[in-house]
Amino acid sequence: MIERRPWLDMLAHAILLLGLAVVAFPLYVTFVASTQTAREVADAPMSLLPGSHFVENYVRALFAGSGGGSSGTPVGRMMWVSLVMALAIALGKIAISLLSAFAVVYFRFPGRMFFFWMIFVTLMLPVEVRIAPTYKVVSDLGLLNSYAGLTLPLIASATATFLFRQFFLTVPDELIEAARIDGAGPMRFFRDVLLPLSRTSIAALFVIQFIYGWNQYLWPLLITTQEDMYPVVIGIKRMISGGDSVTEWNIVMATAMLAMLPPVLVVILMQKQFVKGLVDSEK
Amino acid sequence: MEKRVVFGHRTLPYLLLAPQLAITVVFFFLPAGQAMWQSTRMEDVFGLSSEFVGWANFADLFRDSVYLQSFRVTLVFSTLVAVIGLAVSLLLAVMAERVVRGAALYKTLLIWPYAVAPAVVGVLWLFLFSPAVGVLATALNRAGLPWNPRLDAGQAMVLVLVAAIWKQISYNFLFFLAGLQAIPRSLIEAAAIDGAGPARRFWTIVFPLLSPTTFFLLVVNIIYAFFDTFAVIDTTTQGGPGTSTAILVYKVYSDGFRGLNLGSSAAQSVVLMTIVVVLTVVQFRYIDRKVQY
Repeated sequence: MIERRPWLDMLAHAILLLGLAVVAFPLYVTFVASTQTAREVADAPMSLLPGSHFVENYVRALFAGSGGGSSGTPVGRMMWVSLVMALAIALGKIAISLLSAFAVVYFRFPGRMFFFWMIFVTLMLPVEVRIAPTYKVVSDLGLLNSYAGLTLPLIASATATFLFRQFFLTVPDELIEAARIDGAGPMRFFRDVLLPLSRTSIAALFVIQFIYGWNQYLWPLLITTQEDMYPVVIGIKRMISGGDSVTEWNIVMATAMLAMLPPVLVVILMQKQFVKGLVDSEK
Repeated sequence: MEKRVVFGHRTLPYLLLAPQLAITVVFFFLPAGQAMWQSTRMEDVFGLSSEFVGWANFADLFRDSVYLQSFRVTLVFSTLVAVIGLAVSLLLAVMAERVVRGAALYKTLLIWPYAVAPAVVGVLWLFLFSPAVGVLATALNRAGLPWNPRLDAGQAMVLVLVAAIWKQISYNFLFFLAGLQAIPRSLIEAAAIDGAGPARRFWTIVFPLLSPTTFFLLVVNIIYAFFDTFAVIDTTTQGGPGTSTAILVYKVYSDGFRGLNLGSSAAQSVVLMTIVVVLTVVQFRYIDRKVQY
């Protein structure tokens, strides 16, 4: 605190509270809508007090889905697909990036810089700009509507490789010398020295990549045509595609709450790793 | 920076790199190459054969008023997302840095929208602004402002802007807060002793020192608005009404997968790739400078 200015502190709190209100308002309305009947929600303007159908709506969404649009898949199934997809993308990225960063930092071999730049360039090709040809490759490989098709094209990551490279470069050389004197080979060193040291970086990256994987939209939209392979963010879109008259907003909003829950929980519970991951991966 | 001590092994490094490289080649270089190849070809009406047409697809693209319109929409959209998003987040970050009590709580409550999927963000705001059932739409109608983003291009733009900015505030906020906390207290204290008030201190000391963060966030936000907002647009307006909210990424998708015009869609992909390359280079040049600074 530089100086006492009580009125300015009041103003700061007022602005922050206003900001919180704007940020939280959609969430609150979503929650309220998810506890009412479809008729209550459609009755414009809907009441802004929670209704009494909380359990009923969530049970219905999780186990039956919404018949309103074209989708009748239970949200429980969609959440499972999303979870598998998010975990596969996060863990896959971490695994292949750890290995390739290890190779680039701890070995000298012909083509090292060439491969490094090859990985670097992928930073410039987000999936959004190469959708049609990537779709063709995946369909040629027969991977439509499969977990492999959902995750593999999103696994290669220049960011994660950079992050680990950056971190490995800060690991003191004495450690590798000591390991070599003790007769440890490269993989032994990787497993027993490097991996334990990278724990915090791995956790930070995991949080960011889990959210990234869970929230993917465009790619699953293209390659999943069977309802039982829809991740939840796609499922929710199918529920509203029938238009206002047939959309069961209470079920849609319950699904929205469910779709938000895992990534938001991860951010709030692992806030420290999240902030570290965010800052590190943008360096 | 390089390691002085390394392992010697002939084949192991290649094995370690293999998984990453395999995925990179199959899902990045192959498709990118194919997009470039396809962008120079045109299919016949039945999609049975294609012939080499050189730059024709690109020339068509930049003569096409719909495409140019989409370019304009993207520019307006991304500028507004970046400017409004940064202004709001900076205000909140400056306030959060000022308060002593409850700062951690404010932070926690402000960062969670980062985790919400853009598609879900779109659905939430679509619901709030839905002319038939939306709480905000009803309020606007009552206030004498007829609200229907399905008919009014300007209102559709407002809808996607609000959704896109709402999602990005938490990200900007975190980086601004970190940037503010990195400014040496002694500078601000010295200015306070010299009699500079809070506003003066902000504009002459804090804001200039924050400019690396601001510039970095500007680039990140533009990239976000260009590419990551696809889901927001697809769930809220589907690019409509007409093409008033069809940003470039949306148009690649709708031309390639709905219109099945592969040559044009591929040419659009190549244009987008060029834009990403330019933005990434700008970002890295800036980071280089920051390292020296």
